[in-house]
Amino acid sequence: MSERLAGEILQLSFEHVLLVATAMTIAVGAGVSLGILLTRRASLQRGVLGLANVMQTVPSLALFGFLIPIPLVGGIGRRTAIVALVLYALLPILRNTLTGILGVDAAVRESAVAMGMTGGQLLRQVELPLAARTILAGVRVATVTTIGTATIAASIGGGGLGVFIFRGLASVDAVQILAGAIPAACLALAADGALGWIERKLSPA
Amino acid sequence: MSAAVEFRGVGYRIGGREILQDLSLELAAGETLALLGRSGSGKTTALKMVNGLLRPTSGEVRVEGKSTAAWDPIALKRRIGYVIQEVGLFPHFTVAENVGLAPRLAGWSASRIRERVEELLTQVGLEPRQFAGRYPRELSGGQRQRVGVARALAADPPLLLFDEPFGALDPVTRVEIQRLFVDLRRSLRKSAIFVTHDVREAMVVATRVGLLHQGRLEVLATPKDLPRARGREIEAFLACLSGPLDGEGTA
Repeated sequence: MSERLAGEILQLSFEHVLLVATAMTIAVGAGVSLGILLTRRASLQRGVLGLANVMQTVPSLALFGFLIPIPLVGGIGRRTAIVALVLYALLPILRNTLTGILGVDAAVRESAVAMGMTGGQLLRQVELPLAARTILAGVRVATVTTIGTATIAASIGGGGLGVFIFRGLASVDAVQILAGAIPAACLALAADGALGWIERKLSPA
Repeated sequence: MSAAVEFRGVGYRIGGREILQDLSLELAAGETLALLGRSGSGKTTALKMVNGLLRPTSGEVRVEGKSTAAWDPIALKRRIGYVIQEVGLFPHFTVAENVGLAPRLAGWSASRIRERVEELLTQVGLEPRQFAGRYPRELSGGQRQRVGVARALAADPPLLLFDEPFGALDPVTRVEIQRLFVDLRRSLRKSAIFVTHDVREAMVVATRVGLLHQGRLEVLATPKDLPRARGREIEAFLACLSGPLDGEGTA
């Protein structure tokens, strides 16, 4: 392997990680807050979950394409890619936040309320700690798929390891494709392992 | 001095169904009232109106002379200890953290909470050194309910509510913990409302027993007078005292 290729792999891997990390930070923030909101507004659950479900069914290449003409979020480049990745990552996080919090034992919640916990205390001291494992499982699934999906970001100029893959596809060059695919797979495995480890560390409740 | 709790013409209906009708009674300070009744008789509903988990649809409940609607909901709940059948211990907290929660919410210092937790665990018959650091899943059902009682007592609330607290326990453990309850009641002089469907338990733990039937209070009497009360429902309950096996030898 040439030194130039190695350098480029490192460079694009870094770009890839940055892309995924940015998207995941936004997705976790939005997904968890939206999930918490939905536990307080049961009437919105169907609608919002339905919408997030529909997002997931749109083929990723098509979603990137759809976003390009939209003003503010769209256009060519990283920003559009991040928006698309966030939309994809949202559902598993949202769904698991909802499931995790709603799964808290009714007797535990009733005790907390009857002891005079405020809404915020109930959320921070009881609901979120007890839902943490489930939420993290959602984050883990979302992260692993986002690392894969992020390779498509290169198609709209988002950079990352997808650059190798699209270049390799265009020039029918297996080495280029593998130079993108193998590091992407390794990143996904590493993320899965790390998040799985944290998940196990959280006390089972 | 005003009554610890007072129900004034309290009704509760939901979806056109009358759960509780025109309930009026007073609980004097230091008294333990048992609300006895079958499932669906409205006794749990009545209990939950005292700490504001439910609001009456007619009439009012007064706690320490003040309507529950006028109380700050959080302040009201913090003045009342609450124990339920499922216990509802926080699974991610140790025994000590569970018991110390109400004092912590009330802003006690860490050292005072630690002392209080030790005192309470001893009171409910759990050796603090052995149990303080355990998690609820490492306890038996009876031990969990003891922790539940300790937790309800922690911030020293003047009023305690019990919703069939010992219903899920085996008979021997149940009698032990009833005994503990009576001892605590005598030594702590709290006011308490105790919901149960077991007439024997009602007569053991309470200073007065109220029988609810289909949302109405049918009998209100001391345990001593209860056996002389008349009416179909109370007689059905009193029949449980002799038990189904007693008559068999003569048949």
